[in-house]
Amino acid sequence: MPESDSRPASNLPPLSLHIPEPRYRPGDTPDFGDIAVPAVDATPRPSEDTKPDAMRDMCYGLVRVLDFDGVAKGLWDPKLSAERLRAMLRYMMLTRAFDERMFRAQRQGKTSFYMKCTGEEATSVASTMAIDRSDMCFPSYRQQGILITRDYPLIQMMNQIYSNRGDHLLGRQLPIMYSAPEHGFFSVSGNLATQYPQAVGWAMASASKGDTRIATVWCGEGSSAEGDFHSALTFATVYNAPVIFNVVNNQWAISSFSGFAGGERTTFAARAVGYGIAGLRVDGNDPLAVYAATQWAADRARTNNGPTLIEHFTYRSEGHSTSDDPSAYRAADEATAWPFGDPIARLKQHLEVLGEWDDERHQAQARELEDLVKTTQKQSEKLGVLGHGMHQPFETMFEDVFEDMPWHLKEQCDQMLAEQEAKFGPNWKPE
Amino acid sequence: MMSADTKTMNMIEAINSAMDIMLERDPNTVVMGEDVGYFGGVFRATAGLQKKHGKTRVFDTPINECGIIGVAVGMGAYGLRPVPEIQFADYIYPGLDQLVSEAARLRYRSANDFICPMTVRTPFGGGIFGGQTHSQSPESIMTHICGVKTVIPSNPYDAKGLLIAAIEDNDPVVFLEPKRIYNGPFSGYYDRPVEPWSRHEASAVPEGYYRIDLGKAATVRAGEAVTVLAYGTMVHVAKTVVEERGIDAEILDLRTLLPLDIDAIEASVKKTGRCLIIHEATRTSGFGAELAALVQERCFYHLEAPVERVTGFDTPYPHSLEWAYFPGPVRIATALDKILKD
Ligand SMILES: Cc1ncc(C[n+]2csc(CCOP(=O)(O)OP(=O)(O)O)c2C)c(N)n1
Ligand SMILES: [Mg+2]
Repeated sequence: MPESDSRPASNLPPLSLHIPEPRYRPGDTPDFGDIAVPAVDATPRPSEDTKPDAMRDMCYGLVRVLDFDGVAKGLWDPKLSAERLRAMLRYMMLTRAFDERMFRAQRQGKTSFYMKCTGEEATSVASTMAIDRSDMCFPSYRQQGILITRDYPLIQMMNQIYSNRGDHLLGRQLPIMYSAPEHGFFSVSGNLATQYPQAVGWAMASASKGDTRIATVWCGEGSSAEGDFHSALTFATVYNAPVIFNVVNNQWAISSFSGFAGGERTTFAARAVGYGIAGLRVDGNDPLAVYAATQWAADRARTNNGPTLIEHFTYRSEGHSTSDDPSAYRAADEATAWPFGDPIARLKQHLEVLGEWDDERHQAQARELEDLVKTTQKQSEKLGVLGHGMHQPFETMFEDVFEDMPWHLKEQCDQMLAEQEAKFGPNWKPE
Repeated sequence: MMSADTKTMNMIEAINSAMDIMLERDPNTVVMGEDVGYFGGVFRATAGLQKKHGKTRVFDTPINECGIIGVAVGMGAYGLRPVPEIQFADYIYPGLDQLVSEAARLRYRSANDFICPMTVRTPFGGGIFGGQTHSQSPESIMTHICGVKTVIPSNPYDAKGLLIAAIEDNDPVVFLEPKRIYNGPFSGYYDRPVEPWSRHEASAVPEGYYRIDLGKAATVRAGEAVTVLAYGTMVHVAKTVVEERGIDAEILDLRTLLPLDIDAIEASVKKTGRCLIIHEATRTSGFGAELAALVQERCFYHLEAPVERVTGFDTPYPHSLEWAYFPGPVRIATALDKILKD
């Protein structure tokens, strides 16, 4: 064998393994000056039936509506009434007030866990407003904004967070893993991205039944690395399923920056290209852009033009959860340096520019919502908080494993009740 | 075999030290997983390792458990010795195809052409209000795969020695870490203050290299009245209960579920004539079923009472009723009373 065959690359430098590294770590001063911010009216708006390969550029651009002076511009402006805009602002503010309060409740030891969506409110509130109330949502754990936008009772959310007597999930699930079928909200799983193919299945079912409803699904950019994400996109393109895929790119997945999901190489919207589906990349901190893109995708899906993948380019302003301390792995000022501002502040500014809102009304509304959350919290806490007493009848542990309880669970249930009696005495009852 | 210098370590520190030493000793060892690099892992098990050993030896991965285990198989085929972390054992399921169909069978299907010297570390078990996706105990799924070794330490000293042996092992090992006892042994009484590891003798951990061979159980407590087979968190709960009740029980900490130390089990049960098996995992098709069958097959004529199992219930791990689910002191005591009745 000639030497060149055995070592064809002998004059090349050795291979090296690339390990992604975020630009800023604790102690650094973040500067996002190089993130491309296309002009608001620079982004074209293809018609909803455009073939995916004729609109690939949308995966690399950025759908924007609000400029940084609060003015709505360009082809994507959804032209919502002042009343709708104020409703959107209110839902986002309520979501934030709720988050603040529940985070604090966890810190006070009233529950085991909480996750905020601070800075990302638009990605669930505005997108929920842009779909039909009867469309089905498959959320990840950071889409409390969907429930709030669909006027799900706050007390029900709190009861779930406290695993208390009023929790219709019977204390079985980790806080925030809600389920609300009447509000078109699928049961939240702790395992990432599992909801992605499930949403496609729901959409396929709706299509096969000649229904009019579509499915929407959310996951984080980190979770888009899971196999389930890719399974979902494959099925969606094969069956042209009426589904909207939302990837909330908040830059971080716990301590891992988006580069560990492939973000160093291309956009998350561009995942759509390989599957031949439509992709849109949106300023996720611009509620009107989120609304417009979702409305576009919903119209597309509802007219049998197939699925859309929407990347919401945003920033996780706070820790991953109550178990996380982001100062251990990212620069402290990233949230403030984020070039796209805050979704609530931006919509407020827009309404002010329109002469439909002012600071006084804003502060009054903030106080009103805080009070609402506080009052509701008091009501919920009357039904108990986690760890202070047991709030569910013990038998409920064995119910719903199956529709009917098999013999072995009945036996185990009896055993458990006898144990409780041994622990707490014969007259003991759950509160 | 043991180096002279010891240090008080909790379980996380001992596990960290095992990886540190293996990264130092063997340039083919690599540590990877979700959030294990710069941050050092959500339980801090890999804290400081990236800084010390470099980014290509200790690194973060995409959130894709199938990918993590799959690339570890490929790295092993090249000649590396990967030590992937799965953030919670509950998230190993997306990686099961690579584990069951690939990692576990590579040696067999290639008649030794390729091997898979990986050690999958993963925290498991409940008792931390983690709900159903941060509390599961999937050990019997692992032992049911032919071709994967399954190891569960119950204290810092064992954790380090076993993890070093697992990393050095040329076959795939699933190393299940009982997260409830990362910071201190657990008596089973959730309403009592947490005891730190520093008060437990097994927190004296040699700073250097040592190994505890896989496949060897440890006698936690010698006794004549009954043999208690346990592992992980349940070793400590069992010990609390038998001591409280003054039962002369012999507690075996199995440490490795596969390959199992059958000799130690057989010798103990033949001596005591009674056997209680304890695990936190669900009951049906749990590892206790395997243990009960083995004891029955090998010790039948020595048994003075039926073999008993104390386990978690056959439901998903509930959030708020966690302590009614957990196989705590009452469940264990009831079973002991039954076994020792006559
Ligand atoms: C299958 C699976 N693997 C790992 C985890 C642990 N985990 C929970 S959240 C998370 C990060 C997810 O980040 P991303 O998808 O970006 O969502 P974000 O938290 O930013 O909203 C990880 C790794 C999990 N829940 N499920
Ligand atoms: Mg993220």
